Amino acid sequence: MADGSYQSPSEYIGHHLSNNEYALGEHDLMILHLDSVVMAILIGLFSIGLIWLVARKATSAVPTKTQAFVELIFSFIDSQVSAIFHGNRHSFVAPAALTVFLWVLMMNAMDFLPIDVMAKFYGFLGLHEWKHVPTSDVNTTFGLALGVWFLMIFFGIKAKGLGGWLHEFFCEPFGTKIWVWPFNFLFNLIEYVSKPLSHSLRLFGNMYAGEVIFLLLGLWAATGVSGIFFSSILGAGWAIFHILIVVLQAYIFMMLTVVYLAMAQEGH
Amino acid sequence: MNLNFTLIAQAIAFAILIWFTIKFVWPPLLNAIEKRQKEIADGLAAAQEGKLSLEVAAEKNAASLKEVKQKSAEIVNQAEKRASEIVESAKKVAKEEGDRIITSAKSEIDQEINRAKEELRSQVSTLAISGAEKILTKEIDKKVHADMLSKLAKDL
Repeated sequence: MADGSYQSPSEYIGHHLSNNEYALGEHDLMILHLDSVVMAILIGLFSIGLIWLVARKATSAVPTKTQAFVELIFSFIDSQVSAIFHGNRHSFVAPAALTVFLWVLMMNAMDFLPIDVMAKFYGFLGLHEWKHVPTSDVNTTFGLALGVWFLMIFFGIKAKGLGGWLHEFFCEPFGTKIWVWPFNFLFNLIEYVSKPLSHSLRLFGNMYAGEVIFLLLGLWAATGVSGIFFSSILGAGWAIFHILIVVLQAYIFMMLTVVYLAMAQEGH
Repeated sequence: MNLNFTLIAQAIAFAILIWFTIKFVWPPLLNAIEKRQKEIADGLAAAQEGKLSLEVAAEKNAASLKEVKQKSAEIVNQAEKRASEIVESAKKVAKEEGDRIITSAKSEIDQEINRAKEELRSQVSTLAISGAEKILTKEIDKKVHADMLSKLAKDL
């Protein structure tokens, strides 16, 4: 906005909040948000790849500082998971939690990059409408939550058997009498629908709102000297506060993933 | 914010990343940490064991030192006893030897005295006879007086 290339504030915000769309087919559902997918994959390769480079040469002798740092993250995740998930956590849940935490954390952290500067950079690369925070796209967060949702069902069936899982669907939480079956079913249906929704929308909402506030501050900066002054101070404050949100939301997303999987395995 | 195919793409990326972490990232880290934990635990146990065996060795040392001291004291006592015995017996031997020397010396002296007496006796009688001869040459029967004087000499 500061360079005056936008006609109106709504155009500025709309431009910064719209994804780079690529149509795979005729239908609206066949649209692919190239920016979200490409950034998510790049960030995933970067974060998990870095850890992998260290893990590949991990030694049980005196660790290097890099390995000590990676082990710090490892131990943090492992202790969090072991407190919630009972069973063999090393075969799936703990590594999944590590993936979720690192990936979401790094995707959230993209929010620290200054939007207008990055927009210029992407424009220079020929990419207009390029959002670099994949978690502020509801498709990303819902994709992750849906993945966890399927895992949840898979873990439930694996732990209790298909019959046991269905039995729980109809006989929990109110009892096994036949006339409460519909209520039980409704209850469980709501739970199964609300879990991925709250899981994904919490992260999406936080990251999206954070971006919007940065955009609003950018708009204010376009109004003159005092706007630049106040929006700089407030922008710095919001960025500092955003560090907390970025880490906290990644942590919450990871913890909910573990909690959902643990609950699915252990029942009500 | 429309839901669209992006969702599926992200879910697939998610699945691949999880698979990669499970396969390549988690196991080496877990192995390294668990191995190190085990090594540290073993090291601590070994240290504890070493401490214990050190204590045992110190106790053994003290016991053997005590035993050795006792033995050496015994040996010294025996030696002292033996030495005093030797001294006693040496004294006894020396005393006997001295006594023997004294006795033999005494008997030698007695012999000397007797011999001297014998000689003296024989000379006295001759002297007395010759003296008496000179004094009484004429009036005394030589033979009768000689008998008398030899009797006298025997009584000396």
